[in-house]
Amino acid sequence: MSINRTELEEIAALAQLNIPDQQVGHITESLNQLMAMIEHINDANTEAVAPMAHPNDAWQLVRADEVTDTSHKAALLALAAHADDDHYLVPKVIE
Amino acid sequence: MIGLSIRQMAGMLAAKECSIQELCGVYWDRCQAFNETTGALITTLTEFNPKELLQAQALLDQGQQPLAGIPLVHKDLFCTHGIKTTCASNMLADFVPPYDATVVSRLQQAGMVTLGKANMDEFAMGSSNEHSAFGPVANPWDEQRVPGGSSGGSAAAVAARMVPVATGTDTGGSIRQPAALCGITGIKPSYGRVSRHGMIAFASSLDQAGVMAASADDCGLVLSAMSGHDALDSTSAQQPPWQWQKPDSPDMRGLKVGVVRDWIDGLADDGIKQLTWAAIEQCQAQGAELLDVSLPHADLAVSAYYILAPAECSSNLSRFDGVRFGHQTAQASNLQELYCRSRSEGFGEEVQKRIMVGAWALSSGYYDAYYLKAQKVRRLISDDFKAAFEQVDLIAGPVSPEVAFKHGEKSTGVSMYQADQFTIPASLAGLPCLSMPIGHTQGLPVGLQLIGRYFDEQTILAVADQYQQQTNHHQQTPEAFA
Repeated sequence: MSINRTELEEIAALAQLNIPDQQVGHITESLNQLMAMIEHINDANTEAVAPMAHPNDAWQLVRADEVTDTSHKAALLALAAHADDDHYLVPKVIE
Repeated sequence: MIGLSIRQMAGMLAAKECSIQELCGVYWDRCQAFNETTGALITTLTEFNPKELLQAQALLDQGQQPLAGIPLVHKDLFCTHGIKTTCASNMLADFVPPYDATVVSRLQQAGMVTLGKANMDEFAMGSSNEHSAFGPVANPWDEQRVPGGSSGGSAAAVAARMVPVATGTDTGGSIRQPAALCGITGIKPSYGRVSRHGMIAFASSLDQAGVMAASADDCGLVLSAMSGHDALDSTSAQQPPWQWQKPDSPDMRGLKVGVVRDWIDGLADDGIKQLTWAAIEQCQAQGAELLDVSLPHADLAVSAYYILAPAECSSNLSRFDGVRFGHQTAQASNLQELYCRSRSEGFGEEVQKRIMVGAWALSSGYYDAYYLKAQKVRRLISDDFKAAFEQVDLIAGPVSPEVAFKHGEKSTGVSMYQADQFTIPASLAGLPCLSMPIGHTQGLPVGLQLIGRYFDEQTILAVADQYQQQTNHHQQTPEAFA
């Protein structure tokens, strides 16, 4: 598996990243080296092997439906790039 | 006070031979003095947290608190209330969390005193600590060389004795490899042993918090305070609280140590090969029985990991879009441009590369062929370990095929990824594993990896402690920082 410039642009779009023109060649080469390394997994016979997503057989815990936390509105609003007294302010997105 | 074990420092504090402020002050001075040379810390605190000092003193007054008043630094991906937490990224350069990670709060409750936040590879992606938005970290044994990564700042800070303890995280070797390259002890516990709440995620099924310190005993004491189920992390295991038990003697009789002969004999570096065999033979001399074990699918681990970890990273890091989290660009004319510009400005190249590999592996047409296939390979590797642990109590082998390399030496190609070949298999299986120092070659430290059964941190720490009772490699410090 290897990718070309067009495919790199498609992957960058999926990842919501901009790749500057002057870096396209270098990043394409770098990703192709990594993809060549990854190809090695195709040497494995995985027929009838169950996929393993996680090392821990955890299950989702449940708890009583009670309020256990308090409001952190001021602290959280303070983290926003822009905010007024009660809201995050984000750039206009509807044109 | 420099170079003392936690138990020795705790003894001095209990005997009132020094105060908590004096002990922490000595290390605070070293953090100030050596940070310019090492680059180990992104943030050094200008004053001690008074709440931490009060808690430490209260515990000390009650007695029997081994960690009360012991200073440490946290890897800069653990959220610290009111203290900048950058993940070594421009994406989070100004992030000041409104809460503490569970690891941080548990160590505060145990009386530990925070001195700063340690440098790292951006978002924990890297094995050299060269991928930090705040500059590289120097290896205290040779400043021209890397400390390893991603917990390179934590490792360098402990190696230079700027602190006796640092927290780290390990996804594919990020505690063990820098511990080996810097000549300290570092443990990655079993997946689920320590809460990930407040630990900024890279690859959620692999990330695990751990400890880096001079000795196995120090690591065991701190890990005991960090571990245990946390209702705030559904992946933290439903296990009873774990307490480190230091062995009374160096006698290893009755212990079966597994050796993957191919891993050691295949090492290209003769110095590392000889030291690895010498350390294993030292365990044998202390009474352990050596048995050959086989991990036939381990050579597939690097390939599987570099599909699975980027896939999880691309998902986790999608939240950093300039609106929900992270840096927001000042130049965007529409929503898509806002996302793309914010992410491209905020993330460094290595992180962007891994996000793209993950997005590709999860995309239509490649999901089954790569992501699902890698998950199946993960199962094969995990099953190899299960079979091996039917014969032995732990597995010993190399951490890294090489000593610390020079800055910039591996900036291209995949050789840095391939060097994770011995650390990744245990990460994929979620097993506890550690690195302990076993000597020097070419003037640089070498580590031995011990891998244990799931939730059996006790055995690997005990063996490391017994080895350290008979050797002094863990007490060596770089001359410039003695």
